[in-house]
Amino acid sequence: MDFPIVEIKDVSFRYNGQTALQNVNLTVKPNDFIAMIGPNGGGKTTLLKLILGLLKPEIGSIRVMGQPANKASHHIGYVPQDIHLKRNFPITVTDIVRMGMLKPQIKRTRWRSNITKERCQALEILEQLEMDAYADSKISALSGGQRQRVLIARALAAQPQLLLLDEPTASIDAKGQADFFRLLKELNKSITILAVSHDLLVISTYVKSVACVNKGLHYHDQAEITGEMLETMYPCTEDDEVCPVELIAHGLPHRVLQDH
Amino acid sequence: MPEILQFEFMRNALSAGLLVSFICGIIGALVVTNRIVFLSGGIAHAAYGGIGLAFYFGWPYMICTIGFSLAAGMVMAAVSMHSKHRADTVVGVIWAVGMACGIILTDLTPGYNVDLMSYLFGSILIVSAGDIWIMLVVAVVIMGLTAFFYQDLLAMSYDEEFARIRGVPVQALYFMLIGMLAVTIVMVIQVVGLIMVIALLTIPPFIVEKYAKSMFQMMLGSGLLGAVFTLSGLWFSYTFDLTSGACVIMVAGISFFIFLLIERLVVLIKSI
Repeated sequence: MDFPIVEIKDVSFRYNGQTALQNVNLTVKPNDFIAMIGPNGGGKTTLLKLILGLLKPEIGSIRVMGQPANKASHHIGYVPQDIHLKRNFPITVTDIVRMGMLKPQIKRTRWRSNITKERCQALEILEQLEMDAYADSKISALSGGQRQRVLIARALAAQPQLLLLDEPTASIDAKGQADFFRLLKELNKSITILAVSHDLLVISTYVKSVACVNKGLHYHDQAEITGEMLETMYPCTEDDEVCPVELIAHGLPHRVLQDH
Repeated sequence: MPEILQFEFMRNALSAGLLVSFICGIIGALVVTNRIVFLSGGIAHAAYGGIGLAFYFGWPYMICTIGFSLAAGMVMAAVSMHSKHRADTVVGVIWAVGMACGIILTDLTPGYNVDLMSYLFGSILIVSAGDIWIMLVVAVVIMGLTAFFYQDLLAMSYDEEFARIRGVPVQALYFMLIGMLAVTIVMVIQVVGLIMVIALLTIPPFIVEKYAKSMFQMMLGSGLLGAVFTLSGLWFSYTFDLTSGACVIMVAGISFFIFLLIERLVVLIKSI
């Protein structure tokens, strides 16, 4: 693969005159595992939507798999925040996974054999995520962690080049989070991952690189959380909600013991 | 019961009721899951403008009302697509203006003023064989479109953003949905009247949603439940000589509250 998975060049974006992103550059290389972190309102979600082609950059260009972002969104497996989805919706796990197999062509075949094939594929993906036992369950009967796995299965059903996750740990408890990141690590062997998170602690032990988004974007080639990073990340959070000491206490030990 | 069926108008009413319940099941399931109940109410009331137009110009009722509802629906769809947070105000305005149009037009119509009540509260007992044919065609078209675009409609209803990313033409589908909704509403108006359209469109899907495992089950279940409501409503109407539309809605409404009550009791019993 010659071209990068995602190439963002000099992108700026404003919401109603307010700068959300300024002069952002980022190149996502194949098989990278990037954590995109930053304060709330720092532009993470905006950048996510730009990569997905749901928003258009005012200045600059975004290319996904060498194509303009709005034409290449089907190469991306998107895992949205679970809380935005309708809770009691009448849909089974298999049907949700099949949603990932939808293709842009309006004329795709809709025959019975195809449905059977899709169901088989869906079951295979669910097996990979150890969710096959729930294939025929209604989504509302599942726990937060299980729902997250279903959404990942749906994203994987698209056979994507890039897995894009939005606050993936928001609805999972601490034990579930550890399992979840082990799963991501496993998936990362064959797929590029970009995970957006405000939680820089949990994610930092598994990722390969870190992108800090706070209007601008700083890319760090290795997953180290440095004091300097904390400075750029949270230079002036309005009410100083994030206490750097706490972050270091939880986050740094893993790094201190790194190989020399 | 068979004694009821010796009247032709009763047989027509039964077929119309069954057809409309069926259409309502399909579209109602989509309305409830897409959360466009208020918009449906808007179209139903704005449709009165079409009724006024039909009488003022002496045009055919069905064509006029469907045309007007479609136009009102498309404006609402365009607004709700582009600025979601503003949509309810605009829908409310079109709702009122459509009705006002209808009333003024009937005022201006010379001669005998038609009975408003039959449009407000339905007139299933005067449905003609021709109307039933139209309903049948509408039912077939709606079923066909829904079956063909089932996966896309499902994706849009569950997670619009994801559907967009997968390349589903969400915008076109949304307009198609509102179009089917507008036509459905005109059909339902004949059965329960425009004031009560919302009830027949939303009560069955609401009750079924919790137990259905798929959108298809929800549509089918809503259709069946709607048919039960319509038929028992008709029976009450015939037996006690009451307005048919109101009877249908009363049956649906009472079932709705009984359902809520049972649900509460189940939760209560489980917690003990």
